[in-house]
Amino acid sequence: MNEGPMKEDPMNAVDPATSTYTLDIQGLRISLPGTARPVLDGIDLHVGAGETVALVGESGSGKTLTSRSALNLLPPGATVEGAVRVGGQDVLTMNADQLRALRTNTVAMIFQDPRAALNPLRRIGDFLIESVTLTRSMSRPDATARATELLQAVGLDASALHKYPGQVSGGMLQRVMIAAALMGDPALLLADEPTTALDVTTQAEVIALLTELRERFGTGLLFVTHDLDLAAAISDRVYVMYAGRIAESGPAQVLFAQPRHPYTAALLASTPRLEAPAGRLAAIDGQPPDLRQESHGCPFAARCPLAMEICERQAPEPLHAPDLPDHRAACHHTDRLEGSPVDV
Amino acid sequence: MTAVLTRRPGLSRIRAAGPPLYLICLAFVALVTTAALLASWLAPYDPNVVDLGNAMAAPSAEHWLGVDAAGRDTLSRLLLGARTSLLGPLGVVVFSTLAGVAVGMAAGWRGGWLDSVLSRSTELVFAFPGMLLAILIIAVYGEGLLAPVVALSIAYLPYVSRLTRSLVLAERKRPYVNAYQVQGHSALQICLRHILPNIAPVVLAQSTINFGYALMDLAGLSFLGLGIPALTPDWGRMVFDGQTAIQHGYPLSAIWPCVFIVLTVVAFNVVGERWADHVARRTP
Amino acid sequence: MSEHVLEAVGLHRAFADVRAVDDVSFTLPEGGSLGIVGESGSGKTTTARIIVGLERADAGQVRVRGRERGARSRGRAQRLARAREVQMVFQDPYLSLDPRTSVEDVLRETLRLHFPRTDHDRRVRELLDQVGLGTRAADARPRQLSGGQRQRVAIARVLAVEPAVLVLDEAVAALDVSVQAQILNLLADIREETRIGYLFITHDLGVVRCVTDEVIVMRQGRVVEAGPTAEVLAAPQHPYTRLLLESVPRPGWDPEAIAAARRAL
Repeated sequence: MNEGPMKEDPMNAVDPATSTYTLDIQGLRISLPGTARPVLDGIDLHVGAGETVALVGESGSGKTLTSRSALNLLPPGATVEGAVRVGGQDVLTMNADQLRALRTNTVAMIFQDPRAALNPLRRIGDFLIESVTLTRSMSRPDATARATELLQAVGLDASALHKYPGQVSGGMLQRVMIAAALMGDPALLLADEPTTALDVTTQAEVIALLTELRERFGTGLLFVTHDLDLAAAISDRVYVMYAGRIAESGPAQVLFAQPRHPYTAALLASTPRLEAPAGRLAAIDGQPPDLRQESHGCPFAARCPLAMEICERQAPEPLHAPDLPDHRAACHHTDRLEGSPVDV
Repeated sequence: MTAVLTRRPGLSRIRAAGPPLYLICLAFVALVTTAALLASWLAPYDPNVVDLGNAMAAPSAEHWLGVDAAGRDTLSRLLLGARTSLLGPLGVVVFSTLAGVAVGMAAGWRGGWLDSVLSRSTELVFAFPGMLLAILIIAVYGEGLLAPVVALSIAYLPYVSRLTRSLVLAERKRPYVNAYQVQGHSALQICLRHILPNIAPVVLAQSTINFGYALMDLAGLSFLGLGIPALTPDWGRMVFDGQTAIQHGYPLSAIWPCVFIVLTVVAFNVVGERWADHVARRTP
Repeated sequence: MSEHVLEAVGLHRAFADVRAVDDVSFTLPEGGSLGIVGESGSGKTTTARIIVGLERADAGQVRVRGRERGARSRGRAQRLARAREVQMVFQDPYLSLDPRTSVEDVLRETLRLHFPRTDHDRRVRELLDQVGLGTRAADARPRQLSGGQRQRVAIARVLAVEPAVLVLDEAVAALDVSVQAQILNLLADIREETRIGYLFITHDLGVVRCVTDEVIVMRQGRVVEAGPTAEVLAAPQHPYTRLLLESVPRPGWDPEAIAAARRAL
């Protein structure tokens, strides 16, 4: 606190040689005390400027932790290896001042439950303005003007500034959260299940808004979700996580049409859909592995219909598809999945 | 869980500072309880034997904590006094907890007019100072341990019933309670078998805190000469008896019971607070 | 004797001046499965709670096998008979079990209440087996189980009562996709074996298609569309049903058009 706020915008300090990505995670491995295996195990992930990337996984897969690492929001006692770069700067080695500047100016986050993320006793206007005025990156009148403009951009009028969170609906509150996230003009937006608590029709509205704003402001978007179909519908690229690892990654269309990892295929097959034939779903037996359980081979082996002896022994490296370098799957049997989704 | 335990302003600052303080307090509670239980074997002298020749003697090898103005051994009186001094609050806590839980549970579960009636009547008791109530009841029923215990039990009942009511209200909103209702379990079964065990730790923490307060109040009453018969050894009574000695420049026989009252109250408070904090952390 | 196991006729319920449930009627045939679809505030959950008896209706009737279900039960026999008419599985498996009661005790409690003179050991094993839980899970407390396992316990508990109708209130919404499929399959198997009628409350149209024969669509307390599930999903008549269907994300999905349609409705 003895120094003033950082004048220098971290974005200006980018060394163009190191990275062209807005978010670049390399070999991220996070271990927590009291667990037998790392919570995140060798995550490689990047988000380009203006790109929408979906991070899909079930609960406990590590998707939320991965997105939070971009803000260096890690659980206490975590041991971290690897690098998380935002605009070329490693977030993991930043000091407190740099982190504060990062969180107000460069990276913003939208949470699943907007009502839980807002103080019910403060007006929406105060909430929007306080983050930028507290760090003195903007004067109060400027901030108010910006807040009004953003509220209009998310489809609310300026009267919302004087309302309390209790006076508006969940869908509107999520728009407020989006407006708040855009206050600092971020280069990267992290959205952690932003529509899970909303109705389907409201979800469509929020997604439409996010898409429009992303195009207008050129923000990179990392969209964390458990909903495969939603991920397929909105993103350019998708990462599928399982038990702390990236199982498969690639362009959204290709990945869902021709999954190369048995987990992705099984997940697709087990989702109840409108178009699918009636009858039983192809459920995946068993449970995801526990954190207390040590794992040497492929974490999905115990539930995988294709598992062989090697899967128990050796963790597979991510390999790209022969014709598509962007489409990677960490599986020993990617060739056996080629073409059609697996029969589970 | 957002239920708030009731604490008196002065004592609310003594929150469990850390494990050492808690352990010391727990040990002290255990010590005082054991001493009270084994008092008749531990006490070196008959607490009521008067030895005027030795009155106001300083601590010595024969009388570790000295002798009071009437020549009675202070250590023996303290030990036997612990009995009365702890038995009274125990009665208060047992009665106020049982009745308070019953009242609070009925109010929280049934709601409606029953809740209004019970809440209003407990507020009525709240508005009436407990000590005054005790003095009134003792005035009617005469001396003895029972009258002040009954009086304070009634005075403490609202603390427990109000807490129980808010806990039950929170608990009955949980779907598992609905699930039991749908299964056909009766309200009484659900309350006794499921809600009660789930709220018991918080209520017991409040009761432990109440124990300390009741001890203080009962000591206050017997200092005023109310309730406890004159010859029964009791800490509050000992402070009262020690007054005359203080006028003769011998404060020791009044200081010892004071010290024990304060330490016991603080110890019960710290232990109760710690349990309450522990429960609060464990509940999701 | 009616061929409908469950009938709701003209249910009404208002909270202050909000009509939460407004003239809702439907029938559930013996061994059938009916879905109630709607968004938050549509009144679907209030309807479900009226059916099981956790909420009272201002007007209207609920009949089980032709017999009217009274608003309140007096006495033990009547309470148990009511419980055997309709049972319910709740949304949140983390909150619908008493944290202090082990899996086996949950089932024993119910069996002791409803079937005091039967062999409980055998029945507990049967029930655990029926919901795909091993006997090893019997001693576990809820906190030691995963969400899917807890929901299996909740299902075993309602099966123990042997009800005529089972109300499932968003029973798979809190589960992960892979576990959700397991539970949906389990529910389909149980319906085949026991012929218990299902009333499936959900916001998820994919789930509706998967487990129901008929569906009603609710909006702001009213039924806007009703019919066989396949027909309603293939050729929705009401614009709101159409909007709901279009809102389901899929490739080539156009959120902006949906947002516009929602505002227009």
